[in-house]
Amino acid sequence: MSFEIFLQYCFSGITLGSIYAVVAIGFNIIYNTTGIINFAQGEFVVLGALCAITFSRLLIPVLPFALAMSIAVILAVVITTFIGGLIEIVFIKWINNPTVLRLVIITIGLSFLLRETSLHVWDEKVRALKYFTGTEVSSISLLGAHFSPQVLWVLGVTAVIVIGLGLFFRLTLTGRAMRACAASSNAARLCGINIKMMVTISFMISAAIGALAGCVTSPITQTQYNMGSSLAIKGFVVAILGGLGNSFAAVGAGLILGLLESFSIVLLPNAYRDVVAIIILLGILFFKPSGLFAKKEESALKEF
Amino acid sequence: MKSRWTLCACIVILAVLTAILLSGCADQTRKQPIKVGAILAVTGPASFLGAPEEKTLTMLAEQINNAGGVDGRKIELIVKDSQANPENAISFAKQLIEEDKVTAIIGPTTSGESMAIKDLCQENSTILLSCAAAETIVEPVASYVFKTPQKDSYAAIKIYQTMNDLGIKKIGVVVSNAGFGLGGKAQLEKYAPEHGIEIAITEVYDKGEKDLTAVLTKVKDKGVEAVVNWSIVPAQSIIPKNMKQLGMNIPLFQSHGFGNIEYVKAAGEAAEGIIFPCGRLLVADVLPSDHPQKAVLTKYKNDYESRFKEDASTFGGHAYDSFMILMEAIKKAGADDVEKIRSAIENMKGFIGTGGIFNLSPSDHNGLALDSFEMLTVENGKFVLYN
Repeated sequence: MSFEIFLQYCFSGITLGSIYAVVAIGFNIIYNTTGIINFAQGEFVVLGALCAITFSRLLIPVLPFALAMSIAVILAVVITTFIGGLIEIVFIKWINNPTVLRLVIITIGLSFLLRETSLHVWDEKVRALKYFTGTEVSSISLLGAHFSPQVLWVLGVTAVIVIGLGLFFRLTLTGRAMRACAASSNAARLCGINIKMMVTISFMISAAIGALAGCVTSPITQTQYNMGSSLAIKGFVVAILGGLGNSFAAVGAGLILGLLESFSIVLLPNAYRDVVAIIILLGILFFKPSGLFAKKEESALKEF
Repeated sequence: MKSRWTLCACIVILAVLTAILLSGCADQTRKQPIKVGAILAVTGPASFLGAPEEKTLTMLAEQINNAGGVDGRKIELIVKDSQANPENAISFAKQLIEEDKVTAIIGPTTSGESMAIKDLCQENSTILLSCAAAETIVEPVASYVFKTPQKDSYAAIKIYQTMNDLGIKKIGVVVSNAGFGLGGKAQLEKYAPEHGIEIAITEVYDKGEKDLTAVLTKVKDKGVEAVVNWSIVPAQSIIPKNMKQLGMNIPLFQSHGFGNIEYVKAAGEAAEGIIFPCGRLLVADVLPSDHPQKAVLTKYKNDYESRFKEDASTFGGHAYDSFMILMEAIKKAGADDVEKIRSAIENMKGFIGTGGIFNLSPSDHNGLALDSFEMLTVENGKFVLYN
């Protein structure tokens, strides 16, 4: 294998990995506050992308491109955040005894609901958001290998999200309160933290991140109403692989999975690529269930 | 109190019974409608094929009913959404045959589903007019099973003929791991030797693929002169983007599955110059006015586009052909004898559809010739004839 080809597989892996990572981060937020996996996370991604595509098609003809795209993305994130909050208030807040299993089943139901709703609001067609910089054909070339400028956007946005979240959970009162809920909801309640409010906020944040992920990845992956579950599965694998609840770990795990998948094509036909993800997931669950980057003691405290 | 409720209940029951009886009498004095079933992937992964098909059938059934029906009888269209799932297709086919007792079934949308119910329809003597492409649906011939889209092999031959004209000898083939993609792969491999084409590499990718640069890197490494992509999934517009991003400035050929302008929109600038075989519906406007298909194509296209406010696609056209062939056969044979209708379809000659001119025969249940395909390309975001 020449160096160029090697590098090209690396870039391809980074592209995939960054998409997985940015989806996985959304899982972690809700997990951090509630201890549950929100299986509707993939639908937030699709919803964000579809909203942004609709707004961008309306705005691009009348406004300068950069302004139109920024407004479209911001509107999409705001709307999805609002829907995320609304869903939590309508379907989850009223549950008195929220066991993990119950909540998981509710989120699976929500993913169906959101999917069918987006089918009715939009339709079955494949859409793609415009590339943020350049067009469908532009590429950046580095040492003889090429990648799309959009990959830089995905990586950049992922970095901003991860750092932003890190600061939010460590420095702000709300962030700390959310972590307290995850550590022990009873103790948090005794300290006067409004747990139900924290859960609502965590749904809103993860919806916002999902929507943002949808917007930056849509030019690469394109968007169709039923893409949520396949994105969610890969995101879920990455979240588990890194160690649930840790966004930095999700990025590392995403890149590892992306690179492994990308290099697997040297040996295996591409159609077997998902096998790589499943084998990795099984391996992790057998040998290091806490995830690659998590401490054993830490994960022993987790519910899931 | 109790007796009053009982009385009310009795009156309601009586009213319902009378209504049923009256409607029954009315039906007997009128002619029964002709039941036509349709199993289409209206939602789900193949919805961009199934949705236009469903819209087309609804529109045609309305048009025919408003014009007084066929053979003096109205058409009752029963559409089932299979979501491109073969198991759904099987249970819907059973329902349509056993409970609804339909005269014929139109669809299913995808090749996998069509193959799943082929034998079922044959055993129950129900006419099946498939809207799917794979050649195995009509080869070997089953007497009750027909299909309207052009054959895969013709698409492969058309692509190779164009390659011969361009002097392309060494190609890479990428296909999706769905029935359509794998069927196409077989046809491409079968016809390559006789056209002097060498397939240097064949890669099968998952139909849910998000980024195909790794696959294309492998293809690029083989030094091919052109790439053929054969799929009906969104990867059709990811492949051209990734090729351009990788700096692969070689021709990209796609299958007739590319015949939906939405894919061109999704691929944007990267779609320019893609070459693919397709029926003439997409270029109806630029056909010479003396072309035999011109009138049918423009009428269908205009009707569809003014009614649904979206571009017509060849897939809706396949449903049009299936439905209209069935109507034509019912006109000839009357609606009561399925065997007569079947035989009328089998012997239909010179039927002008959107896919081409159909000349069916007992040994050919597709009826289209190689010239039903035209080579198209994309220019300024639009489909045009390739010269």
